[in-house]
Amino acid sequence: MDMENPVFERIKNDVASNDVVVYMKGSPVFPQCGFSAAVVQILSEMKVKFRGIDVLSDPSLRDGIKKFSDWPTIPQLYIKGEFIGGCDIVREMFESGELADLFQKQGIVSVA
Amino acid sequence: MVIETRRKGWNAMAMAAEEIERLICESLPDARVNIEDLRGDGDHYAAHVVSEAFRGKSRVQQHQMVYKALRGRMGDNLHALALQTSVPDET
Repeated sequence: MDMENPVFERIKNDVASNDVVVYMKGSPVFPQCGFSAAVVQILSEMKVKFRGIDVLSDPSLRDGIKKFSDWPTIPQLYIKGEFIGGCDIVREMFESGELADLFQKQGIVSVA
Repeated sequence: MVIETRRKGWNAMAMAAEEIERLICESLPDARVNIEDLRGDGDHYAAHVVSEAFRGKSRVQQHQMVYKALRGRMGDNLHALALQTSVPDET
């Protein structure tokens, strides 16, 4: 990982200070891409508090996040600082119940 | 002079399914790959990759192995690749 990349500091802070973070295109209310919208919808359905960070508003973040996680696409889901995956993996985990287990294990409760 | 060849509905950034398969098999020689062109535009594919090399790896690691095999085309030439990975006897 390229340590000097200034964006990494910001990313580290974001994923450390928010239990659930989605780097996405657009915002949770106005997703700008189907894959980002799908992840937002899953998290909303699970009633989990999360922070959506729009990479479209900052090209250095859009590029930096891909290097940070060594993952070439957006969206990217982080839980308690750990990179979980993109849309496919989140959807697969949601459908298998693995995502609910992970939230429970990490002490992340759904907001009623 | 750049000769621009445009297949029906393809943009210059698209990729052929055969190329995706070739690249994956180059890095994962034992891989069984089946690819579906979801929209016929060379940009939106679904792929299921089966390889012994995935055994013991997390899903994220398995997908990262496939993306590495695609040598940086994922996200650039290839806008969307709905990826599924598994080890041989799991399917």
